[in-house]
Amino acid sequence: MAQEHKLEIFRGLWKFKSNIQKIWGVLLFLSIVTTIEVVLGIIKPEWSMAHVLGMKILNWIFIILTIVKAYYITWDFMHMRDETSGLRRAVVWTAIFLILYLTFILLQEGGYVFEVYDNGYIKRDF
Amino acid sequence: MSTAVAEGKTWEGGNEPLKVSYGKMMMWFFIVSDALTFSGFLAAYGFSRFKFIDAWPIADEVFTHFPFLHGVDAPMYYVAFMTFILIISSVTMVLAVDAGHHLNKSKVTIYMFLTIVFGLIFVGSQAWEWNTFIKGDYGAVQTKGGNILQFGHYVDKDGEQVFKRVAVRDFAVSAAHQERAQHESRNGIWFASEGALPAYTMDEVIHGFQANKDVLIRTQIINEHGEKTVLSREESINQLMKNGKLYVEGANLHVNEYGSPLFADFFFFITGFHGFHVFSGVIINIIIFFNVVLGTYERRGSYEMVEKVGLYWHFVDLVWVFVFTFFYLV
Repeated sequence: MAQEHKLEIFRGLWKFKSNIQKIWGVLLFLSIVTTIEVVLGIIKPEWSMAHVLGMKILNWIFIILTIVKAYYITWDFMHMRDETSGLRRAVVWTAIFLILYLTFILLQEGGYVFEVYDNGYIKRDF
Repeated sequence: MSTAVAEGKTWEGGNEPLKVSYGKMMMWFFIVSDALTFSGFLAAYGFSRFKFIDAWPIADEVFTHFPFLHGVDAPMYYVAFMTFILIISSVTMVLAVDAGHHLNKSKVTIYMFLTIVFGLIFVGSQAWEWNTFIKGDYGAVQTKGGNILQFGHYVDKDGEQVFKRVAVRDFAVSAAHQERAQHESRNGIWFASEGALPAYTMDEVIHGFQANKDVLIRTQIINEHGEKTVLSREESINQLMKNGKLYVEGANLHVNEYGSPLFADFFFFITGFHGFHVFSGVIINIIIFFNVVLGTYERRGSYEMVEKVGLYWHFVDLVWVFVFTFFYLV
């Protein structure tokens, strides 16, 4: 019952001979990404402390690297790469849409409450 | 082809547009709903954090311990290790799934066993992490408004003045120690009791603070350099005398020596909920492990059960990747 596996990652940049090799390759990649995160978190380079879109560059890097890791866990460890596009979209887009919505609303409101506290309980003074 | 035949094929079952079994598809949909649950928790954490964006604890200063390395400042190394353990367990799990595709019973057994071992290491690490967090480190004083005042002094390090934390137990005066017995229900009115008394009274902390001229107070407020604000000596005394209310050590659901109690609440709830997932994952893995050993799937001719618990186990890893980022890194 050997199943078909797609054996390339990074859009065909890195091809593997077998599924087991691909697993180890993805492990290597995930470990490198985690190491980069920890090293950045400990050094905290000066340039990454600047704010972009309301958050430090460093935090944006962390979030992007997290999503990268999540992608490879889902696509290669959970074999999402080998599923039909119908299943993939039903699972991934549903979750992404709802999570983005929820996060946006809650963070927006959290920021609003902070400003109300910060400005002596006045948000808009007409 | 007549319409009847086409209809029979398309609408009356037998079609598998997603080309997965019922069980696997339902596992995916369960994962979607569980992912939304975790997102709800993490987004709630984000809400509270944004609400107190200028006073939130800095994770590097909270999680600084490593087992067997006492007094060594090792921010985040242990969580990084935990993350790595969980990723490794994901790898052994996916290797088990792969061996299952080849109907290789002995390999599935070994890899399932390794997955369980790594899972247990992770749960144990989390227990250690909780224990360290609950026991606390330096101790702090909570103000009337529920804010936290921490203590420290400036020391010379390579010609630079660096703020170093001082534990309250190192300066609080115990000479003036007045033991007040904790009221327990067994030595009084049987239905009345009180919570544990703090290790030091406010008087002892204040006396000790006045006796040690170099100790300063650090507030929760983060300044423009991304560090917690350190008050001058006069301001420190003023704050402590005027607003100090309670000595706190460690963290629980009510008080938190590291800063906002909300941080501890979310930490316990989210890592606890995740830890519960890991724990139930380990239990399910053990059940599947015994089924593999007993040859249940061998007889069935399919190791799809291993694949299904594999999906759940990878999901637990996936959630941890996000918890790691939002609690420890960001």
